[in-house]
Amino acid sequence: MDRHAARRAPGGQQVSTQPLTTESRPLSASSAAGRTDPARIRNFCIIAHIDHGKSTLADRMLQLTGVVDARHARAQYLDRMDIERERGITIKAQNVRMPWTSGIDGTEYVLHMIDTPGHVDFTYEVSRSLAACEGAVLLVDAAQGIEAQTLANLYLALENNLTIIPVLNKIDLPAAQPDRYAAEIAHIIGCDPDDVLRVSAKTGQGVDQLLDVVCREIPAPVGEADAPSRAMIFDSVYDIYRGVITYIRVIDGHITPRQRIKMMSTGAVHELLEVGVISPEPLPTQGLSVGEVGYLITGVKDVRLSRVGDTVTDAIKPATTALGGYADPKPMVFSGLFPIDGSDYPLLRDALDRLQLNDAALVYEPESSAALGFGFRCGFLGLLHLEITRDRLEREFNLELISTAPNVVNRVILENGEEQIVTNPSDWPGGGRIAQIFEPIAKCMVIAPSEYIGAIMELCQNRRGTLGGIDYLSESRVELRYTLPLAEIIFDFFDQLKSRTRGYASLDYELAGEQQAELVKVDILLQGEAVDAFSSIIHKDKAFAYGTSMTGKLRKLIPRQQFEVPIQAAIGARVIARENISAIRKDVLAKCYGGDITRKRKLLEKQKEGKKRMKMVGRVEVPQEAFIAALSSDEDVPKK
Amino acid sequence: MPSSLPDGDPAPTDGRLPESALSTLGRTPFGFYVHVPFCTTRCGYCDFNTYTAQELGQGAGSVSQGTYADTVIAEIRMAREILPASTPPVSTVFVGGGTPTLLPAEHLALILREIDAQFGIAPGAEITTEANPETVSQAYLEHLRAAGFTRLSIGMQSAAAHVLQVLDRVHTPGRAQQAVAEARAAGFEHINLDLIYGSPKETDADWQLSLDSAIAAGPDHVSAYALIVEEGTALARQVARGIVPAPDDDVLADRYVQADETLRRAGFDWYEVSNWARTPAAQCAHNMLYWRNHNWWGIGPGAHSHVGGVRWWNVKHPASYAQRLAEAVSPAAGRETLGPDSRLMEHNMLPVRLREGIGISELSQQGLIRAQEAVGRQLIDRQMWDLGRIVLTQRGRLLADAVVRDLVA
Repeated sequence: MDRHAARRAPGGQQVSTQPLTTESRPLSASSAAGRTDPARIRNFCIIAHIDHGKSTLADRMLQLTGVVDARHARAQYLDRMDIERERGITIKAQNVRMPWTSGIDGTEYVLHMIDTPGHVDFTYEVSRSLAACEGAVLLVDAAQGIEAQTLANLYLALENNLTIIPVLNKIDLPAAQPDRYAAEIAHIIGCDPDDVLRVSAKTGQGVDQLLDVVCREIPAPVGEADAPSRAMIFDSVYDIYRGVITYIRVIDGHITPRQRIKMMSTGAVHELLEVGVISPEPLPTQGLSVGEVGYLITGVKDVRLSRVGDTVTDAIKPATTALGGYADPKPMVFSGLFPIDGSDYPLLRDALDRLQLNDAALVYEPESSAALGFGFRCGFLGLLHLEITRDRLEREFNLELISTAPNVVNRVILENGEEQIVTNPSDWPGGGRIAQIFEPIAKCMVIAPSEYIGAIMELCQNRRGTLGGIDYLSESRVELRYTLPLAEIIFDFFDQLKSRTRGYASLDYELAGEQQAELVKVDILLQGEAVDAFSSIIHKDKAFAYGTSMTGKLRKLIPRQQFEVPIQAAIGARVIARENISAIRKDVLAKCYGGDITRKRKLLEKQKEGKKRMKMVGRVEVPQEAFIAALSSDEDVPKK
Repeated sequence: MPSSLPDGDPAPTDGRLPESALSTLGRTPFGFYVHVPFCTTRCGYCDFNTYTAQELGQGAGSVSQGTYADTVIAEIRMAREILPASTPPVSTVFVGGGTPTLLPAEHLALILREIDAQFGIAPGAEITTEANPETVSQAYLEHLRAAGFTRLSIGMQSAAAHVLQVLDRVHTPGRAQQAVAEARAAGFEHINLDLIYGSPKETDADWQLSLDSAIAAGPDHVSAYALIVEEGTALARQVARGIVPAPDDDVLADRYVQADETLRRAGFDWYEVSNWARTPAAQCAHNMLYWRNHNWWGIGPGAHSHVGGVRWWNVKHPASYAQRLAEAVSPAAGRETLGPDSRLMEHNMLPVRLREGIGISELSQQGLIRAQEAVGRQLIDRQMWDLGRIVLTQRGRLLADAVVRDLVA
């Protein structure tokens, strides 16, 4: 196993290795960090859809610039988390410094490539990464064309006034249609199709020309070397040995080791322990100057003390104004996470504590559910953030979890004028005291082959969407813009979209305020007792469908008991759907074959063990599997 | 395919039992079960350890109906070496299968004689053999009666031709009743008819006809078993493919009630969940031995035994069974020595199925609370509860396993 493969410690923190010697080519003296002439610096990121080859391109650049030699190259060097590698997506951004001598003008440049998270939930992090750059490589698969998230991030880059370098990747593929998609890109960004570079990250074809174009086209960073220092934090990562590693882009002045720095959002002052660049391993330097990108270490142990978007300045000679664009991470989607084995609760708490060290956007508080026991109410940036967090908890901490249906943040105005922010159906104000309800909405962009317009529109109508516009990107591909309630998007929307378009549609959305909505809380009752885990906040027109589907599912999932069990869906006291589980009448083996008592006893013992794993809702025994299956959006409920 | 054996500890090759198990032998009745693993055809629902001639193959393995009695006798002699002199005389023998009556009557007689020679058969002992209606004749039955058999258990299953066909039974309706008459004429006092309910395509009327026909034939004992779709059987495959519907638990419950009511009106009382008898003397003593957790030695491939808290089971295949005995090696495939939890479970699960029930003093504190709840749910008879005994009601019998799980929880 090489040392890269061993970089992850249990619990998922990153483990840094010492600055390296053999695998990186030492940066030449004239490029030494801290003294680099801003005129020779180029800061850029790569905007691409999942699977369009961003990581492969990054790897190829590392090789071409000599930062990593081919012998030590590991596929997708920059994607470090296992989940990222498996899903082929980047969650936490990385950055790397590379030397490059331009084939056009012979000048030696310093390139900072800043990796961007590839998903909609991390739009804020993406925006901060973009803000650290002057240019962006727009990377599009020559066999697939541009996708919605790429387009959204492209718009974000344009808002940040980034220079865009359009590139088609995978031109070596037999299915590549470079002319067609070059035209599409030219149409979108308003350039000449001939300006779209054509590369194959896999074979390396065209990548050196791309680096030359980056040096030629992207503007050098501009800043005041003598002004009070200001650097923007674009990422912040917890390392088990070093504490928090903060990635910064210096705007003005200098950052040097031994300096005392101040976080401008909180005023917190820290002693700097180390400043350096990544190339591709951490390499301590004598400092970072205008335009440079690198890392700093202060010894803090919690990424929330080193927030993405914040401005770092000198504690003694601080800048007066912070850089713009800072925002606190705001959880938009909430879900309850409960350990299947109740005794795992302390483990879950420790695991969340550990994850939070590295995830400033994750919030949680203890929650207790009558049906599911003790767990945590967790807030996430979005559905993927939820899924990734859950995945990591299960994978890295060996926890088995049940998660309740995700909820958005609703704002409820009571008749007495009081306002309540509701993130959990359990907190929904009862007793008809509600005057108005506001739900979050999102602007949503879908790109798909034009033949699926009908299917997509039908889905969006069903989800209470309002059509904003339709644009043809080319003859056969279309962009649809909808405004949708966020609650509709986080419930199963992407899966439905994929299945209705045979996987061809891509989706992006951004929050767009709130709208008044007629929402109700639907409770599910077993033998008259509400099961908190199944309560849902839902639009009143969909309450009946939800109630019918849930009661029907549960009738199949809950085994018959020794008494009749009515299952009801109710809004307040009004029952809207009902099913019945009739009492079991037969639970006895007719005989013991040939005196095989052992077999019968073992069967009973097994059944008795199974009984212990049941959750009691009042007098009703409900198997764990029933909760898991009922809470999953899967329509195929197995027969009991 | 016959069902599989349980998992257990390995059994010693000499079959020796621990002293602790042997020391309790004298305290309760002792019996023999003799398994005869042969059938002419395999019935689609059956997962018993039995084989057709075709399944056993020809020649080499030297497993045949002709030599089977000798193999059985070898295990009886091995049992004699293992069990102490304090073993009480045999109070019950039950020959089951398979189809015991595929063996010549003389072979069954030889087996019985060997048990008597080695252990002594107690006066008034109950000696039963199972019989398939189509395999017996008056002469055959007279032979058995003369050899000392006292009880005949006839596999009638149903009186409806189409149900017999679904079950792959080869006899015709009426043949079982005729066999009862022949058994009576041969001098058998105790006769049982075995019935199966809940077969695919069986109607309430079919079941009523079966019950009425069985009663009319004049046995003093009726067993009625719900059809169970056992894994690996032809029936299970048909159910899986949707060719026949799986028996419905509610229908099975209805049929049970129908049987219980019909038999009660005809003068039969239940004494075990699936067994009814006209008189206490007509109850199957061997059956009681199982439910009362007494001791018995099971002879034959796949047979199960229990002696003083040790349960063991023989290898399943007749060929390996015969092979072991030929080499004077115990045919036991595995055994288990019951620990306190298992004993408690068995102590509830077995006798609770009996009309005599269990004394409430046998229950734990927790068990008593659960029992009280079961009385409230009318699963345990309130009058008997007031007299200090746990006796299941008709509803309780249908939920006997659930009651047991509660009592030992």
